[in-house]
Amino acid sequence: MPSAPTQPPAPRMREKAALAFLLVPPLAWLIIAYLGSLAVLMVSAFWTTNSFTGAVVHKFTTANLVRVLTDDVFRAVTIRTVGVAAAVTILCAVLAVPLALFMAKFASPALRIVLVVAVTTPLWASYLVKAYAWRMLLSPEGPLSWATGYTPGYGLVATVLTLTYLWLPYMVIPVFAAFQRVPDALVDASSDLGASDLNTLRLIVAPMIFPGIAAGSIFTFSLSLGDYIAVTIVGGKTQMLGNVIYGQLVTANNQPMAAALSLIPLLAIVLYLLAMRRAGALENV
Amino acid sequence: MLSNRLRAATRAWTVLVLVFIYAPLLLVVVNAFNSSKTFAFPPAGFTLQWWSAAWNSDGMWTSLGNSVVVGLAATAIALVLGTMVAFAIQRYRFFGRQTVNLLVVLPITLPGIVTGIALNATFTSALGVTLGMATVIVGHATFCIVIVFNNTQARLRRLGTSLEDASADLGASTWQTFRFVTLPMMRGSLVAGAILAFALSFDEIVVTTFTAGPAVQTLPIWIFGNLFRPNQAPVINVVAAALTLAAIVPVWLAQRFGGDPAGTRI
Repeated sequence: MPSAPTQPPAPRMREKAALAFLLVPPLAWLIIAYLGSLAVLMVSAFWTTNSFTGAVVHKFTTANLVRVLTDDVFRAVTIRTVGVAAAVTILCAVLAVPLALFMAKFASPALRIVLVVAVTTPLWASYLVKAYAWRMLLSPEGPLSWATGYTPGYGLVATVLTLTYLWLPYMVIPVFAAFQRVPDALVDASSDLGASDLNTLRLIVAPMIFPGIAAGSIFTFSLSLGDYIAVTIVGGKTQMLGNVIYGQLVTANNQPMAAALSLIPLLAIVLYLLAMRRAGALENV
Repeated sequence: MLSNRLRAATRAWTVLVLVFIYAPLLLVVVNAFNSSKTFAFPPAGFTLQWWSAAWNSDGMWTSLGNSVVVGLAATAIALVLGTMVAFAIQRYRFFGRQTVNLLVVLPITLPGIVTGIALNATFTSALGVTLGMATVIVGHATFCIVIVFNNTQARLRRLGTSLEDASADLGASTWQTFRFVTLPMMRGSLVAGAILAFALSFDEIVVTTFTAGPAVQTLPIWIFGNLFRPNQAPVINVVAAALTLAAIVPVWLAQRFGGDPAGTRI
């Protein structure tokens, strides 16, 4: 959250005009193009389609929402999607914490910079290409099965692995930043007083890096929740919410149903953000 | 002091994670020179023929052109709007400042599919606009604003206002202060924000899918459309390898012009 460095004086006429000049164009864009669209999305969830032509009919109905809440298939897909997002988040944290610990507390300054660049560079590589790389890697005759004789194949496991791979840097960076904020003196004091590594990490370091993990988890959770491209590439027949929403919009040509379904990830993210704000994650984002 | 055992353990973990990060990318590059058309490993032999096949692919060039146009347009819009809102938030106190901050950040926090469907619903059923390049640009600019905003406002906050105050005290107009004092100090963050916004737009596929309509293909849409066609696999492999190698360009650019490369993507 930004905080003004100094206390600016009370706005005078000129300042007000300048502020209006600065604020009106970007706000107009965001309110019209973005909030307006979200409003249309919410309203259109209550519309219906003409069963013959598929055209959207602007007639109020709660049928879509009722179906979203009661349909067994939708519920199974929702649970699976949230489960995948949670698994990806946990895996990212497990991979990131020891890595970030090494980067922040053990690596020399030069090595630290190299590692930061090494971890963030893949973010510039294409998302599709990275998902495609996992399709190659996990293919039945691919490198993994050649090297180890085993591959999980395309499915739920492959989806979790690929999403973990895609979002890992988004977890590493905030966790690394959190480790850097832990003063070395505090760690030294803890071990001087006889604490083992485990106790120092558990009692001193963990509470201090938790907001970093929470901040990273916003990215890993939110990005996993809405993903349907990676699932299509490596998931085999696995369906996530994104696939179902896409199917309703494109295959079933039922835009109101797609809108109703997309309220699920929207709601999930808002709830998650609120929970993370209580955990103090948003101050670091 | 944490023990040497912990140091050794986390170092080994770091090496493993780096292998995890780079092995798939290496595989993409290797496979572009594979003479076999399948993913079978080890590669059957070395060939450059797929590179010339990719070079002569019309679909690739058309979609690449579209991606560049969309990326440049969205970046330009985002640069102007993102910088304006960053100035407003960092240099003024006003009612609803936190809300404006939240509104700017929202488009990257919500899943792309929500943004995509929302824009799609607005364009098609509320406004009746035909989907095309313009609608893609609107969609991309919306989530690029926050990228420029993040970079610019962090820089503005670090700069503080003392130099601007000095300039004003010495009689410079608001415009002169902006032009000769603030802007030169912000150049790095503007460049970094622009590179980032362009990269994000260039790579975006979800919002694009829902705002492009059937007539317009950006590079990611084209790749995705050809991903499951065995015939096209070698050409896709080459484009994938080229994009992977091209990832070094923005890292280099950001380091050269933007200053701090670490974590600028976030």
